[in-house]
Amino acid sequence: MMAEATEHVTLRVNGTARELDVPPRRLLSDALRHDLRLTGTHVGCEHGVCGCCTVLLDGAPVRSCLMFAISADGHEITTVEGLTPADGNELHPIQRAFQDCHGLQCGFCTPGFIMTVAGLLAENPEPDRDEIVEGISGNLCRCTGYRNIVASVERAAELLRDGDGTPEPRADDGGIASRHPSPQGTAPTPYDAVGDGVPADTDEAGGRGSE
Amino acid sequence: MTTKMFGEAISRREDPRLLRGDGRYLDDLGHDAYAAAFVRSPHAHARVNEIDVSGALDVDGLVAIYTYDDLPGRLGDPLPLLIPHPSLTAPRTGHALAAEVVRHVGEPVAMVVATDRYVAEDAAEKIIVTYDPLPAVVGVAAAASGDEVVHDDMDDNVAANFVQEVGDVDGALADAPHRLDLRWEIERSASMPLEGRGVYARWDADDGRLRVYTSTQTSTSVRAVIAAVFDIADVHVEVIAPDVGGGFGVKIMHPWPEELLVPWAAMTLGREVKWTEDRREHFVASAHERGQIHDVTVGYDDDGRILALDVRFLHDNGAYTPYGLIVPIITSTQLPGPYKLPNYRVEFTSLYTNTVIVTPYRGAGRPQAVFSMERTVDAIAGDLGLDRTDVRAVNFVQPDEFPHDLGLIFQDGRPAIYDSGDFPESLRKLKALVDWEGFDERRQQAESEGRRIGIGLACYVEGTGVGPYEGAHVHVETSGRVMVSTGLTTQGQGHETAFAQIVATELGVPIEQVHVTTGDTRRFGYAVGTFASRAAVMSGNAIALAARAVNEKARVVAARALEANPEDLEIADGIVRVKGSPDDRIPLNQVAVLSNPLRYSFSEAAQAATQFSMPSDPEDPPVREGEEPGLESKAYYSPPRSTFANGMHAVVVEIDPDSAQVRVLDYAVVHDCGNMINPRIVEGQIHGGVAQGIGGALYERMAYDEHGQLLNASFMDFLMPYASEVPQVRTDHLETPSPLNPLGIKGAGEAGVIPGAAAIASAIEDATGLQITRMPLSPDELFRLQRSDGNARLAPVGALGTSVDDEPDDEQGGAP
Repeated sequence: MMAEATEHVTLRVNGTARELDVPPRRLLSDALRHDLRLTGTHVGCEHGVCGCCTVLLDGAPVRSCLMFAISADGHEITTVEGLTPADGNELHPIQRAFQDCHGLQCGFCTPGFIMTVAGLLAENPEPDRDEIVEGISGNLCRCTGYRNIVASVERAAELLRDGDGTPEPRADDGGIASRHPSPQGTAPTPYDAVGDGVPADTDEAGGRGSE
Repeated sequence: MTTKMFGEAISRREDPRLLRGDGRYLDDLGHDAYAAAFVRSPHAHARVNEIDVSGALDVDGLVAIYTYDDLPGRLGDPLPLLIPHPSLTAPRTGHALAAEVVRHVGEPVAMVVATDRYVAEDAAEKIIVTYDPLPAVVGVAAAASGDEVVHDDMDDNVAANFVQEVGDVDGALADAPHRLDLRWEIERSASMPLEGRGVYARWDADDGRLRVYTSTQTSTSVRAVIAAVFDIADVHVEVIAPDVGGGFGVKIMHPWPEELLVPWAAMTLGREVKWTEDRREHFVASAHERGQIHDVTVGYDDDGRILALDVRFLHDNGAYTPYGLIVPIITSTQLPGPYKLPNYRVEFTSLYTNTVIVTPYRGAGRPQAVFSMERTVDAIAGDLGLDRTDVRAVNFVQPDEFPHDLGLIFQDGRPAIYDSGDFPESLRKLKALVDWEGFDERRQQAESEGRRIGIGLACYVEGTGVGPYEGAHVHVETSGRVMVSTGLTTQGQGHETAFAQIVATELGVPIEQVHVTTGDTRRFGYAVGTFASRAAVMSGNAIALAARAVNEKARVVAARALEANPEDLEIADGIVRVKGSPDDRIPLNQVAVLSNPLRYSFSEAAQAATQFSMPSDPEDPPVREGEEPGLESKAYYSPPRSTFANGMHAVVVEIDPDSAQVRVLDYAVVHDCGNMINPRIVEGQIHGGVAQGIGGALYERMAYDEHGQLLNASFMDFLMPYASEVPQVRTDHLETPSPLNPLGIKGAGEAGVIPGAAAIASAIEDATGLQITRMPLSPDELFRLQRSDGNARLAPVGALGTSVDDEPDDEQGGAP
C-alpha cells in the first residue's frame, strides 16, 4: 500500500503561522497535540461529546476532534497554551478563577472548559448563573460535580470585568490561606461562595430531558 | 507556628500546571513512539477459529502483528488472580490476547504495531478473524439459571458463594413482630474517567532497563507484575503514573493486557511503543461495576428496631474474576451502615456473564449495599407509618458504643470494627441543613402550585484507609527544597497540596519549599496503590511520620552546631531555633549541609561540612553510630485495620407530572471523615461524588442486549450528568478523629457517591407514593411505574388515557 498522501496546510495557532504536511484525514486535535506538540488540548471521546478538545477557531469554541486539520487551513486557532500569559508564572484570569474556586481536580477536562468559557465570556461578559450552566453544559467533567466550575466562571467574569485581567500574584504561596479561609470562615471569598447554602438555581437550566 | 498548614483550605499547588495545559497525561508523552492498536472480539462468546493477517501485511507503516500464538513464556499464561479468597472456588482470568475462546465483546484478539495510530487501525481493520459463536450469558438471572455457561470447564456460572452471619437470624426472624420481604436491583455502571487507559513503554537495551508509563492507580504493583512476567530484576523496571485524568477505581485493576503487551512489544522491537485507549475501547475492554440483585428479609419491632436482617444477593462479576471478590465482600460488610444489627446474615453468589469484567468503581459495592439497607429502612418506616429519620435513629450505633464490632470480616481480611463517629449528631445536622421538619409545609406550598416534590435521605458508613501499608520519603536538600515521595498514585485528589500541607506542618517549613511526587517507582518502590479512600490515611500518615523523623534528625544535627539540646530546639519557617532564644538559629538547608559530612566541597555553603571545617570529637566517626548521612527519612504506616468514615445525604426532588422527569432541587451532605487536611479538597471530592451518585440514580447504565452487545458504548448513548443535571450541594462536617492513626484522619474520596441512589430513590418514593426498587430510574420507567400502579398520583388528569408504548425500555430511557 502506498504511503499516505499529505496536504500542505498553514494553521495559525496562538498567533503564529505553523506549516504542516498532514494526511487529509488527520484530526485537528491530533495535529495540535502530536504534530505541534500542544498537548494542553485533550481528547476524551473523539466523537464530539465530552468537550475536552475544545479550542477557539476564529474566536469561537469548536471541538478539535470533529474537525480535520486541513479544514482549519488559514484559520486562527487558540489553544489553552495561547491563553496562558507569556510569562510562565502567570495565569489568565479564567485560569486563575478556576484555581481560586477549586474548579478542577484531575485537570483532564479543564483546558476544554477554559476554552469554552473563554468563548462564552467573549460573547457574554456578564452571564447569570443559568447562562453559565447552559454555556458549559456541552462539557463533561467527572471529578468536580460542576458547582465549583460554575463558581469559577462567575469569578472569571468578575476578574475580567474588574480590569484588564492582569493577574495578581499567584496563589501558591503561604498567603493563600489568608485569602481563602476555610469554609467555616466568614469572609466572602470565591470559595465560600460555592458552599454558601444558596439553593440550586437550576430551575431554568433544565434537566437532561429538556436538552 | 506560621508553617501550620494542616486543616487549611488552601488552593491547590498542582493547579497552575494543569490550568496552563502543562499537565503531562499518558498520551502527551511519546509522540515519536510506535502506536499499538487492538483487534477486539465483536462477539460476547465465541471460539476463535482463524486469524488471517494477510490482508494487513501490505499496509504501509505496519511494523508487527501479534496473536496469542506469538506470546512467549509467562506472557501466554492466564492473567494473574490478584486477590484470591477461600470462597472464590472457581476463579477464572483471561489472557493477554485471547486463547481459543473470547468471553466478552472487546476482548483483545490481536495487537498491531505501526508507525502511527491511524496506520495501526488501518491494519487492524484488515485482519480477518473467523469465529464460531457460542451462546452468550447476559444478566444475573441468566447466569444464575446456569442453562448456558461462560466457562466450558464449569457446570454452572458460580464463581463464588460466601456467607457471613452474626447472631441467630432465623430465630430472631421467627420471633419478630413484623417482617418484610423485599427485592432491590442496581444496574451496571462504570467509572468512566475522561482520560481512558494508556501505556507507553521504552526499553533501553544498552542499560537493560524498561521504563513504562501507565495511566494507573498502582505503579508499584504494575512494576512487580511486569518484572515477574518478563523475569527482569525489579530495579530494572521503572513504572511511572504520569498525570492521570481520573481513575474512580477502574485504573486500580491491573495488569491490563495492554500493560504487558505494550512493554513486551517495546522490548521485542527495540523501539518505544504507545497505546492510548479510545472511548469505545474503554466501554468494552476496561471494567464496569454495580450490577446486583438483593433479596432482603427483615424482622423488626413496633418502633422499627431491626431485630434480624437476612440478605441474599447475586453479583454479576463479568467474564473473569481477576480482582477477586472485593466488590461483593464490601457490599456484604458495609450493608449494616450506621445501624446495630444483632442478627445479620448475608450470602452472596458471584456469577460469570459474557460481559466486561467487574472491578471497583468509586463506592466499590457500597452504593448497592446502601441502596439495599436504606430502601429497607424506608420500607420499615412506610409499613409502620413512622418518620424515616426516627426509624434510623432508633437503630443507630450510639456515640458511646465505639469501637463497634460488626462481627464480620472486611475487605482487608481484618475484622470490621467501627472506630468512631456520632450518628445522632450527624442526623441532627442533616435535618437542620435540609429543614426536614419544615418540609411538609414546603410540600403543601408546592402542591398548591401544582408541583410534586419529595424528600429523601440515606446514611452510610464507609471503611476507608485499608492496609496493608504505605510509605514515604522526606528529604531536605541543601538548597532547602523538601523533596517528598510516596508510592501510591494520584488521579486528581490534590495530593501535591494535601501531602505538602502535612510536611509543612510536621517539619516546620514553608509549603512552597515542599515538592511532592507520587506514583513513580524511581522515587519510592514500596506501595500498594490508590483505592478504598486510602491515600490520605495511608500515605498521609506515612508522610507525617517521615517528616517527624526528619524534624527530629534536624534538631539533633542543629543541636551540635548550636551547642544546645535537641529538646530545646524547634523548627518553624524552615529555621531551627532555640526555644525562647530566637537569635540562636540555623536555617534548615544549612542543617542539611551539616548532616552530610563531605570530603569535597562545591559551594561556599558546603564548605561547612568538609573534613577540615567540621568541629567534631576526634574519637567520634563523622557519621555516628545509628545515624545516616543526609537530612532525610523514610517511614511506613501500617494500620491494624480500616478506619470507618460516615455520612448522610438528604435530597429534595421534583417530578414533572407530564414527563416524569426527576429534577434534584436540593442536595445536602453531612460528612465525617475525621480531621480534614484540606476542607476545600474534601468538599470538592464530595461534590464530584454527588454528581456520580446522581448519575447512578437517574442516568448511567450499561445497556447490554441479550447477545452481549453493549448498545450504548459511547458518550452519545451512555448518559453522564452535565452541569445542568447537578444541583448546588450544601455540606456540613463533623470531624470525629480516628483513634487509629497519628493524624486522626479517615478517607473521603468515595463518600460522595455512596448514598446518592438510595437518597434519590427515597425522595422519588416520597414524592410519588410509588415504591422505588431499582436504580437507575429513567423518566419513562417512572412514568410506566405510576401508570401501572393505578394510583396515578403524579400523572396529570387525562394522561392515563393516552396511548403509551407498553414495552419495557431496556435501553437508556429518557434520553434526548
